[in-house]
Amino acid sequence: MRTSRAARVGQYAALLAYLVFLAFPFLWLISTAFKPARELGSLHPTWIPENPTLANFRQAFDEQPLWDAALNSLVAALGAAVVAVLIATPMAYVMARRRTTLSRMATGWVVVSQAFPFVLVIIPLFLVLKNLRLINSVPGLIMVYVVWALPFALWMLVGYVRAVPAELEEAAAVDGAGKVRTLVSVTAPLLAPGIVATALFAFITAWNEFFFALVLLKTPEKQTLPVVLTHFIGAEGVADLGPLAAAAFLATLPSLVVFAIIQKRITGGMLAGAVKS
Amino acid sequence: MRTRWLIAALLLCLLATGCTGDGGGSDDGRITLRFQSLAWQEESVEANKDLVEEWNATHPDIEVEYVQGSWDSVHDQLLTSFEGGEAPDIIHDASDDLADFAYGGYLADLRELLPERLKSDIPRRSWETTTFGDGIYGVPFLQEPRVLIANATWLRESGVRIPTPEDPWTWEEFRDAAEELSGDGRYGVAWPLKEPVSATLNLSLSAGGQLFHRDADGKVEVRFEAADAVVPKTVHDEVNTDESAPGTTLGMGGSDTLPGFFGGRYAMVPLGFSYRQQIVQQAPEGFDWQVLPAPAGAEGLTQGVSPQTLSIAEDSPHKEEAAAFVDFLLRPENMVRLALGDWMLPTGTEALKDPDLRTTEHDWATGTALAEHLRSAPAQSVRGYPEWKDKVATPAFQEYYSGAIDLDELRERLEEDGNLVLARYQR
Repeated sequence: MRTSRAARVGQYAALLAYLVFLAFPFLWLISTAFKPARELGSLHPTWIPENPTLANFRQAFDEQPLWDAALNSLVAALGAAVVAVLIATPMAYVMARRRTTLSRMATGWVVVSQAFPFVLVIIPLFLVLKNLRLINSVPGLIMVYVVWALPFALWMLVGYVRAVPAELEEAAAVDGAGKVRTLVSVTAPLLAPGIVATALFAFITAWNEFFFALVLLKTPEKQTLPVVLTHFIGAEGVADLGPLAAAAFLATLPSLVVFAIIQKRITGGMLAGAVKS
Repeated sequence: MRTRWLIAALLLCLLATGCTGDGGGSDDGRITLRFQSLAWQEESVEANKDLVEEWNATHPDIEVEYVQGSWDSVHDQLLTSFEGGEAPDIIHDASDDLADFAYGGYLADLRELLPERLKSDIPRRSWETTTFGDGIYGVPFLQEPRVLIANATWLRESGVRIPTPEDPWTWEEFRDAAEELSGDGRYGVAWPLKEPVSATLNLSLSAGGQLFHRDADGKVEVRFEAADAVVPKTVHDEVNTDESAPGTTLGMGGSDTLPGFFGGRYAMVPLGFSYRQQIVQQAPEGFDWQVLPAPAGAEGLTQGVSPQTLSIAEDSPHKEEAAAFVDFLLRPENMVRLALGDWMLPTGTEALKDPDLRTTEHDWATGTALAEHLRSAPAQSVRGYPEWKDKVATPAFQEYYSGAIDLDELRERLEEDGNLVLARYQR
């Protein structure tokens, strides 16, 4: 079916408008990060700072341990992503391939578990981690993030596993490959985009997470970026806007970089041509 | 099978690496105290950290560790810390956040811990903000009145009488002045009332508004009387009748009104005294501003405040050492440094005498003159107040100020719905 020229222009215009809508907060954040205090208080705000300055970045780094916090966030997010994927992948494979009542119930439970609010679990969780002596430790936080990300990671990966045609595995078996060889050489490469997407989800969830980190990490040298960012906010929501924007801008960069690096892996059609129809 | 072993190994690794020592003592007998500070402005953080360093330099046996907290999340963070027995030894908070922690047994009663010097230096009216039942659960050390920050040039040119702490405006005069200052798309005053309840209740004390009435049994009842209506009615009429205040700022926070204030849209903005710092930082070159006292009513310049406080955790094994640090932090000269860092007023009478807090620069003197009129915020010892505020009072005041309901309906909702909420906490 051919799309008319007018419809095509309309589609691009709608897409552009959507992109502008999505990009607005981020672009405004960048603009704010480079504005001096007097421009922040202007009744007629500008997109491009009239007197751009790095003072907000200097102040942000002087006041708060942003490098340490970024490192803690990175360790927590990477740890959560790796461990969640390592646990979720085999579980998802079993749940997708063995369609029993148990696996259906497990899938249901996975969905239901997403509905638990943070505040419901935080105090029991705090006590459990305290007994394990994992309060105020990044590994303790990673455990929490893994548990928190696991249901959704599992749910995502089950879908990816189901998308891998079972006929490929059967064909490999006919060719004499064992179960492990089939999983490693046939299934795993086809699952790679799903695994990467799942890892990205777990990474970003952990990178942005605030409440658990706030409650579980006690000392300044252990705190993560989202917690440190709140230190720029005072009573009644008054904010030190310039340094806050500068720090928030820096905090968004790793997510963007990770996404930029691996986005091709998750959008590429790696299954294309795997099975002839 | 391999997967199972892998998971077990990972968990063991995590457990092994996660085991961290955590306690208030060390093998060499040195005590470590954790001080969670909510300082957030550059000068304030610096003042707090400097004082901690000075303490550590002179007290080798008692080390204080500075822990940065945040106003935004302090209540949830402290609640979980208390429940988990991991609270900091010394806790910075605000008096209106302490009631539940004090009644819950999480905070130490400071009556026997604090030295006489500190107890007598802070006036009784300030201690009342941290007294719950028979105990005192925090040291109130910084406070700020709500003031009118005005465009001084505009004020002078209009010819209205400029109020002083000695001769403030009445609420009627304030309404007249706001009307005088408005016109041509400009407004005499902008009310940033995103959080309308504490602002309204605290200012209502000036007119004798009490709202919460405690009977002989200690039970609290909400009664919205004539004195309680003075401030709400002024705001309502300025927005809806005189049009001397814009309705658009009713949903804003204080900082949100500053661009309009600098841009000449509003002549006055009622804000906390500490907002002066933002004005100094953000105002355009040459912008001439001035601090005016909030209007006075039957009770003069009286208004309610919830001071910043320092408390000691009941679970702290080193309460006496923590109290000694609090005493050090709040010596008059140190209280002045903390006050200057936060652009607020100290509660201590000695600190208030400091010349740096009585200078006309940035109108410190106007604020200092208001200190003796500050009282405990009306509701902070009322159990159930947070729920009353969120579920009943906030929407009721917002609707009244925007003109959606009238004064009778505001009264009905605050009293009837409000007393139902409070009754649940007083069975």
